Amino acid sequence: MTDKKLERVGVYVCHCGSNIAGTVDVVDVAKWAQEKLGHLGVVITREYKFMCSSLGQELITKDIKELGLTRVVVAACSPHLHEKTFRTAAKNAGLNPYLVELASIREQVSWVHTDKAVATAKAKAVVAGAVSRVIENVALDEIKVPINPNTLIVGGGIAGIQSALEIANAGFHVYLVEREPSIGGHMAQFDKTFPTLDCSACILTPRMVEAGTHPNITLLTWSDVVNVAGYVGNFHVTIKKKARFVNEELCTGCGICQEKCPKKVIDEVYEAGLGYRKAVYTPFAQAVPNFPVMDKENCTYFIKGTCKACEKFCPTGAIDFKQEDQLINIDVGNIVLATGYDLFDARRVSNYGYGRLPNVFTSLEFERLSNAAGPTSGNIVLRDGKTVPKNVGIIHCVGSRDKNFNNYCSVICCMQGLKFAHLVHERTGATVYNFYIDMRTAYKAYDEFYQRVLEEGTLFVRGKVAEVTDAARYDREKGKLIIQVEDTLAGKQRRIPVDMVILSSGLQPRSDAKEVGKLFGISCSTDGWFTEKHPKLDPVATMTEGIYIVGCAQGPKDIPSSVAQGAAASARVLDKILQKEVALEPIKAMVDKDKCSGCRICNGLCPFNAIAFIADDNISEINPALCQGCGTCVAACPAGAISGTGFSDEQIIAQIDGLLLRNLEPVGA
Amino acid sequence: MADNFEPTIIGFTCNWCSYRAADLAGTARMKYAPNVRLIRMMCSGRLDPTFVLRALSGGADGVMITGCHPGECHYIEQNYKALRRFLLLRRVLAGLGIEPGRVKLVWASAAEGAKFASETTLFVEEIRKLGPLNWGKAVTGLENLQEEISKFEEVPA
Repeated sequence: MTDKKLERVGVYVCHCGSNIAGTVDVVDVAKWAQEKLGHLGVVITREYKFMCSSLGQELITKDIKELGLTRVVVAACSPHLHEKTFRTAAKNAGLNPYLVELASIREQVSWVHTDKAVATAKAKAVVAGAVSRVIENVALDEIKVPINPNTLIVGGGIAGIQSALEIANAGFHVYLVEREPSIGGHMAQFDKTFPTLDCSACILTPRMVEAGTHPNITLLTWSDVVNVAGYVGNFHVTIKKKARFVNEELCTGCGICQEKCPKKVIDEVYEAGLGYRKAVYTPFAQAVPNFPVMDKENCTYFIKGTCKACEKFCPTGAIDFKQEDQLINIDVGNIVLATGYDLFDARRVSNYGYGRLPNVFTSLEFERLSNAAGPTSGNIVLRDGKTVPKNVGIIHCVGSRDKNFNNYCSVICCMQGLKFAHLVHERTGATVYNFYIDMRTAYKAYDEFYQRVLEEGTLFVRGKVAEVTDAARYDREKGKLIIQVEDTLAGKQRRIPVDMVILSSGLQPRSDAKEVGKLFGISCSTDGWFTEKHPKLDPVATMTEGIYIVGCAQGPKDIPSSVAQGAAASARVLDKILQKEVALEPIKAMVDKDKCSGCRICNGLCPFNAIAFIADDNISEINPALCQGCGTCVAACPAGAISGTGFSDEQIIAQIDGLLLRNLEPVGA
Repeated sequence: MADNFEPTIIGFTCNWCSYRAADLAGTARMKYAPNVRLIRMMCSGRLDPTFVLRALSGGADGVMITGCHPGECHYIEQNYKALRRFLLLRRVLAGLGIEPGRVKLVWASAAEGAKFASETTLFVEEIRKLGPLNWGKAVTGLENLQEEISKFEEVPA
């Protein structure tokens, strides 16, 4: 250290109005740094009301130019807020941006402590730590890499479709991958959409067709992403295209195979278990693409070795029982995840009787019941398929806002419950009860819809339903489902007999969201939704650059919000594509060849497979393009051969010493 | 002395979860004990156990290691490596006669500002009960240690 040339350090202490200055004596901190840290090279300290303002930044840039500063410490807010601001300012003044260090004396000091003397003392230690550290910083250059203009979108629901169309219309290529046989997602299953009562299929299918026929969109349905490697601008993705047993080149989508197939199977996915499909099937009439899929588990030929009715009748010879899964490798620059949600499994709320009491329906089942293309052609009837209900109870917040299941609000269920109330009322004239905890209709034209349903005569009971039972206590309850609920507005218990109960089930993360997150290198919140980069200011980006999340994969939301997010992510992707190259943080690990003993301890530690062992030289080497800069290998190397730029041993140790105020006296003094 | 003992604690945070938890505690103005001074690393997996020893020998009475919850690591699974090192380090410390409780591991997601604040305050109280470490002061003759080590390093492999 002693033989090193002394750096010229400037320390800038921000008042942040009274945000910092109210709790920390900023003038004292600046003065103290000047006096006590001079031997480390601090040549100037200043304090200013708002360092991030253009005048504040000017103080710094002027000093860099006039005083020849070689290092800058800004004691202000969190680096996550203004690190970029001050790095850019330094860069504009000709100083390498990585020679700037932020000392967080707002989030970590003034906002969390109250005693001014104690807070000021801590602020001094934080500044001393930053000064110590910045001396050890080294100049780094951003790594520029070209961006592949292709984009992968995972999930063909409305959010994914919207995102794909925006990018494709801008003239760039999109791979849209969907694991079901058709795109459309949950929206394709709905009958009407709130609050306008638009027919869901009428507004969705044109978009599906557009996505299916767009020259810039490669549609890969009945496919899964199985591997993702690389980084922003340069992802290498492997997609498994599952065997359809139908040759897409030859198939015309005429549907004869489905007609002739003798095997009926309960459709658990599209018809929510209420209807049937064949073993070879397209999930619904407007499916995109319109090629059927053979369900191998249920196909008579695959089970017994005979049948092949579909093959016999196919006019174009498109049935191919020998078709195999296919692995497709693609290179893309950005990835949008639109993987959607799972419906909360209402069986878990055993006191509501779903699965045990036949006339308790889930919301998705009701969507199919009321859908003209559904199993009952849109007739709202009981499980027997013919009886029209006279009284219907709709229970809100099933599995949501419930400490036993999910704490969060599923956002859409109130409006969904109101929509169901309207449809039941309109089509059957039945008396409809809505059981709710709080009515949440906060969005454009939503509350007006609530008013409309109120005026239509739907009854509302505010209270969480305790039980749905068929155990009658009174004559009027015989043969009915009885809803036991505390009416919290009237302050009494009620038993309301109905014919049909609809559970407005909540949304929950896909059962495989964790694994999918791992595959793409993004994280999930404690509830299991994908985590956005910033909950307010960056809601579609993730911590992993080049990967975006849209629609319900990010959290429960309605169709307009999903569409908005799909488009928002596309804007971000197009921004990246048009920049043609992306700057990567130069925070990387590097191996010093002379020190590496070839022990290979680091090899297995890297989750990104960035470390390769070069057998000929008996050393390990790190691929900077793959390295994400976590530093685990740096900490593990027994020979100290790996260094981490930006977070080196020297920097961290210097900061420890600084924080402990061990750097206040000149060495040897 | 023991009554007005104010511990000094070094806290290691990861850039993605626990540092953001500390930021959130700040934004939400949650008050916690002022004894902890934080260092930001990219990942808790970056934690070299010698950093902890350096802090303890340099005057810290305790060290708090924080990171993303298991399964939520930005670098997929590197916090598990931090966990392993932490467990080993505690055994080493116990072997050296230092209370293992002076080093604590806390998982805090970016949304858990409240947890970060309460765990910090709790840890300060734990260290207050253990009393000052005084390791750095008790052990002398460390000044030339680095030189001696470098002599060994010069021995050809």
